Amino acid sequence: MTPEEVKHHIKTYVLVFVALACLTVITVGISYLDLATGPAIILALIVASIKGSLVACYFMHLIDEKVTIYWTLLATVAMFMVLMFLPLGTMLNNTQM
Amino acid sequence: MDIPFTVKNRPDTGLYNGKLGVWLFLASEVMLFGGLFSAYVFLRTGVDTWPVGADILNVPLATLNTMFLISSSVTMVMSWASLKLNDFSKFKLYAGLTLLLACAFLVVKYFEYTAKFDHHLYPSTNNFLGIYFTMTGLHVLHVIGGIIVIFFFWMPGAKMWESDPERFVNRIEIVGLYWHFVDLVWIFLFPVLYLL
Repeated sequence: MTPEEVKHHIKTYVLVFVALACLTVITVGISYLDLATGPAIILALIVASIKGSLVACYFMHLIDEKVTIYWTLLATVAMFMVLMFLPLGTMLNNTQM
Repeated sequence: MDIPFTVKNRPDTGLYNGKLGVWLFLASEVMLFGGLFSAYVFLRTGVDTWPVGADILNVPLATLNTMFLISSSVTMVMSWASLKLNDFSKFKLYAGLTLLLACAFLVVKYFEYTAKFDHHLYPSTNNFLGIYFTMTGLHVLHVIGGIIVIFFFWMPGAKMWESDPERFVNRIEIVGLYWHFVDLVWIFLFPVLYLL
């Protein structure tokens, strides 16, 4: 990476920091809107996912990474999704009974 | 014998070994925290009523802590960028700031925990507090681990900058990956536990 490229990256880091700070304020602001539980959860998770993506893409440089890491993370995300949907499956099972 | 591929990338993975190792470690960390998030969903969907985090927990303090961690992620990545620009003194400044912000996070967490204990709110009080203390407690352990490693590279480990600068830059990069992951976990913990 050339010094010019690093300097360009530094500008991006500052912009990402500003975006993260604004999104944190938005996250807290949304919680004061007295939304129903369902929409509140969805909205909060969407904002958190945007923030998480910004950190992963720019601070962890995932936006420009080797394919080995993408494959590793794809497998991780798949297993994470299984973990998330397991309790929901239990809930559906209880509803049917 | 030297450890291979600490600086140069392996031809098959396209990465130096430390970086691939840390990404694999982070994949296991996703599953560790994922298990706890799964437990949270299980506990929450299993009951008719679930307390609103903001009624029990201190949202302003948690917001402050979010800002501390986000800022520490920026200073961490800036410390790596400083080394890439060959500016060691800036690295020391940014890594020092990262440590300061991480310690500030722990101080705020200490006040949060002690406030709960003063009101006789313990992990055994109810399921919400049980999962809150488990998840945030595990996260605090990760912050402490990060502080120890960053401190090592800030002080004694920084000698490597003179003997093997490229390897030192790589070490800071992978410490940064871990630290950003700790920030990322908090980004999800904050709304899930405090705001919903």
